[in-house]
Amino acid sequence: MSTFKIGGVHPKDNKIYSAHQPIVECPLPQKAIIPLAQHIGAPAKPVVQKGDKVKVGQLLAEAGGFVSAAVHSGVSGTVTKIDTTIDAWGMKMPAVFIDVEGDEWMPEIDRSSDVIREFKLEPKEIIDRIAKAGIVGLGGACFPTHVKLCPPPGQKAEVLIVNGVECEPYLTCDHQLMLEHGEEIIIGIKLVMRALGISHAIIGIEKNKPDAIARMTELTKKTLGIEVRPLKLKYPQGGEKQLIDACINRQVASGALPISTGAVVDNVATIYAIYEAVQKNKPLISRVMTVTGKSVKQPGNYLVRFGTPLSQVVEMAGGVPEDTGKIIGGGPMMGRAMNNIDMPAHKRTSGLLFLPEDESRRGEVENCIRCGKCVSACPMGLEPYLLSRQSELKMWDEMEAHNVMDCIECGCCQFTCPSHRPLLDYVRSGKATVGGIIRARQAAGK
Amino acid sequence: MNLIIISLLVLGITGLTAAVLLYFIAQKFKVEEDPRIDEVQAVLPGANCGGCGFAGCRALAEACTKAGSLDGLMCPVGGAATMEKVGAILGMTAPESEPKVAVIRCNGTCEARPKTSEYNGTRSCAIMSAMYVGESGCAYGCLGCGDCVAACPFDALHINPETGLPEVDEAKCTACGNCVKACPRHIIELRKKGENGQRMVVKCVNQDKGPLAKKNCANACIGCGLCAKVCPQEAITVTNNVAYIDFDKCVVCRECEPQCPTGALWGMGFAERLSKSSAPQTATTEAVASAGDEKFDPAIAAKIAQLKTPLAVFPNCLRQ
Repeated sequence: MSTFKIGGVHPKDNKIYSAHQPIVECPLPQKAIIPLAQHIGAPAKPVVQKGDKVKVGQLLAEAGGFVSAAVHSGVSGTVTKIDTTIDAWGMKMPAVFIDVEGDEWMPEIDRSSDVIREFKLEPKEIIDRIAKAGIVGLGGACFPTHVKLCPPPGQKAEVLIVNGVECEPYLTCDHQLMLEHGEEIIIGIKLVMRALGISHAIIGIEKNKPDAIARMTELTKKTLGIEVRPLKLKYPQGGEKQLIDACINRQVASGALPISTGAVVDNVATIYAIYEAVQKNKPLISRVMTVTGKSVKQPGNYLVRFGTPLSQVVEMAGGVPEDTGKIIGGGPMMGRAMNNIDMPAHKRTSGLLFLPEDESRRGEVENCIRCGKCVSACPMGLEPYLLSRQSELKMWDEMEAHNVMDCIECGCCQFTCPSHRPLLDYVRSGKATVGGIIRARQAAGK
Repeated sequence: MNLIIISLLVLGITGLTAAVLLYFIAQKFKVEEDPRIDEVQAVLPGANCGGCGFAGCRALAEACTKAGSLDGLMCPVGGAATMEKVGAILGMTAPESEPKVAVIRCNGTCEARPKTSEYNGTRSCAIMSAMYVGESGCAYGCLGCGDCVAACPFDALHINPETGLPEVDEAKCTACGNCVKACPRHIIELRKKGENGQRMVVKCVNQDKGPLAKKNCANACIGCGLCAKVCPQEAITVTNNVAYIDFDKCVVCRECEPQCPTGALWGMGFAERLSKSSAPQTATTEAVASAGDEKFDPAIAAKIAQLKTPLAVFPNCLRQ
C-alpha cells in the first residue's frame, strides 16, 4: 500500500458518527439565498432580475471570467432581490434571493434514478456541458472543473486520479457517495477520460473505508484502464499534490501546476456531478454534506440544494447540541469555525462539525522548543516554525525565499506542535501578504 | 633582553607596514560621500520609523541632500522645526506643513458593540480579519488585538481595557503612519492636529446601511446626513452610508456635533461633548492629552476626570 513520501500526520478520524448513514434529502427552504461566488475566481454575473420566475436548474448567473463558474438555481420560485448576504464568517457576498414556490424543474433535466451508461459525445461537448453546468471541484477548493480539464498548451494529461481519499477527519460524504452511487461515478470517470483523451484512471481510497474499496473494485473489475488504489492512512492524502505522489509516485515541482506531472485530480463528488451534468442534463444544484459531531442527535450525510440555510440542515440533524462550543464549516483540520449558521449551503459547504465546548479551545501557547516536529510533519517539506516567525516579524522576502507559496494550509504543523503554537495562523497570513506582493510585482512587470 | 628588542622591532615594523598598506588601500577604495549627509542625519530624530517613506533616517538624509528642493520630503516625527534645520544645512527652504496626528475612526466600545462570538485564535488583527468578521457583527470596526499598538515605535498607542479600543496619546504621536499601515481594517487616519488639538472626527467607518450598522454597534454612523446638511463649510460628505469630514475645509465650528443621532461625530480636544444622543459622554485620554498638550488647565482635567466616571460601570472586556 502506498502513501505520499514527506510529512503527514495521523489525526483520529472520528468518522464513526456519520459513516454509513444513508444520504437523506433535506427539505426545501421557504426562502433561498444563492451566492454568486461559490468558487475560486471571478464571481458569476447574474442573468436574472428581480421579479423573474425561476425553475430548479435554471441559470441564475453566468461565468464572470475564464476562471469562474456558472451558478444555477437550486429551487423554483420568484427572485425577490439581488443583494449582498452574510457568509459563514460574517463577511459580505453577493447573492440572489428567491422566494420558493413549489418544486418545478427545468424540463430538460432527467430526474429519474435510472443509470444512463451510453454516451457518444465528443470530448469538446463533454467539457462544454461541464462548464455549462457550473461544476467546480467539490473537494474543498472549488476550482472550476472545465478549466482543469483543458490543460495549458504544451502539457498533456496522462492519467486521471480520482480522489476518494476523504482524509479530513469526521467527514463521510464522499465515502457514502461511493457506496450509494459507485456505478454513476465509474461512468463519470469514463466521461472525464474521454474528455481528456486518456485511457488510464486511478481511484485513490484510504484503507479506513474497506467497503468503499471493495465496492469500487467490484465495479471496476470489468472496466479496462480504471483501477482502485487502496492507500495508507495519512493526512493530508486528499491534497492534490500528495495524492499524485501517493498514486503515481511523481512530485509536483515548487511553483508548477499538478498537470505538469501528467495527472488530473478530481474528487468523487465532482465526478458524480459530471455524470449528472453530462448524462442527465442536471447542473450542479445540490451536494452531499456531512453534519456530524459527538453530541449531534442524528449525524449523517444530507443531500442539500444550494440556497438552503444551513440552520435548516442542522434542524434535520436534531438541532444544535447544547454543549456546542464551536461550529466548524468543513472538517476539523482545514475547516474554519463559523459564526453564522443561517448562511446558505453552496458548492463549498462540505460539512458541518459541532465540537463540544471542552474540545473547542486551543491549547495554551508556549515557547518553541525547537523539536522540529512541524518540519517532519509538513507534507510540502517546508519549515513552519521558521515561516511563522518570519511572518510575525514581517520578513516577506525571506518568506518567499523559503517557499511559503508552496504551503497548502493543511494544518499539520499546528496539529503536531507540542507547544500549541499558532504556526498555521501566521504562515497563512504571511502567505496572503507574500502572494499580494508577488501579484503586484507581476502586474508592475507587465 | 635581546628577545624583547627583537620582538618589539618585528611587531613595530609589521604594524607600520600594515598601516602604510591600509592607508593606500583606503585612499584607493574611498567612497565619495557628501559630508552634509552626516550633518542632516544628526538633526533628524533618529527613530528610523519609516514615516517619511524612506528606509530610515539615513536614507531620508541622503534623499534630502541629493534632491534639488525639499518639496515632498518631510520628517513627520520632527515636523516643520526639523525640516527647517535640514533646510538651513542644505541652503534650501523647508516646505510648510501642519502637524498631523493619528485618529482612531471607531468608537465600537464593548458596551456599544455586542459580542456575537469569541475569538480563540492568535491575537493579531491581521490574522483575525482574514479569518472572519471579528467578535462583533461589525465588519468594519476595530478588532482590538492591538496590531497598531505593536507597530507604534513611539509608545503612543494603547488599548484601553474598558473600551477594548486603542487610544492615541497625542503628546507622543508623531504621525509616522506605521499604525495606519498596520491596521487591516483601515480605520486609523492621519488628520491635521488642528488649533489647540481641536478637530472634528467621524469615529466610524461602517459602510452598512443605517439599521444594520446600528444593530451591530450603538455608536455607528448611520449615514443619515444630518451633519452634512448643517455644515456651513460643506466639509462633510456621506458616501457608502458613512460620513467623512474633509479636514482641509472644516473650521471646527461644531455645528454638526449635536446633530449626530448616534454620537459617531466627535469634537476632539474639547472638554465636553455636544450631543443629543443618550450614549454615555465619555471623554477619552485623547481629550486629556490634547487638552494638556500646551495649555494645561487643572480645571479642565478635573472636569474630564468627572466625565470619565461612567467608564467604571463598563464591563471590563479586554478581549483575552
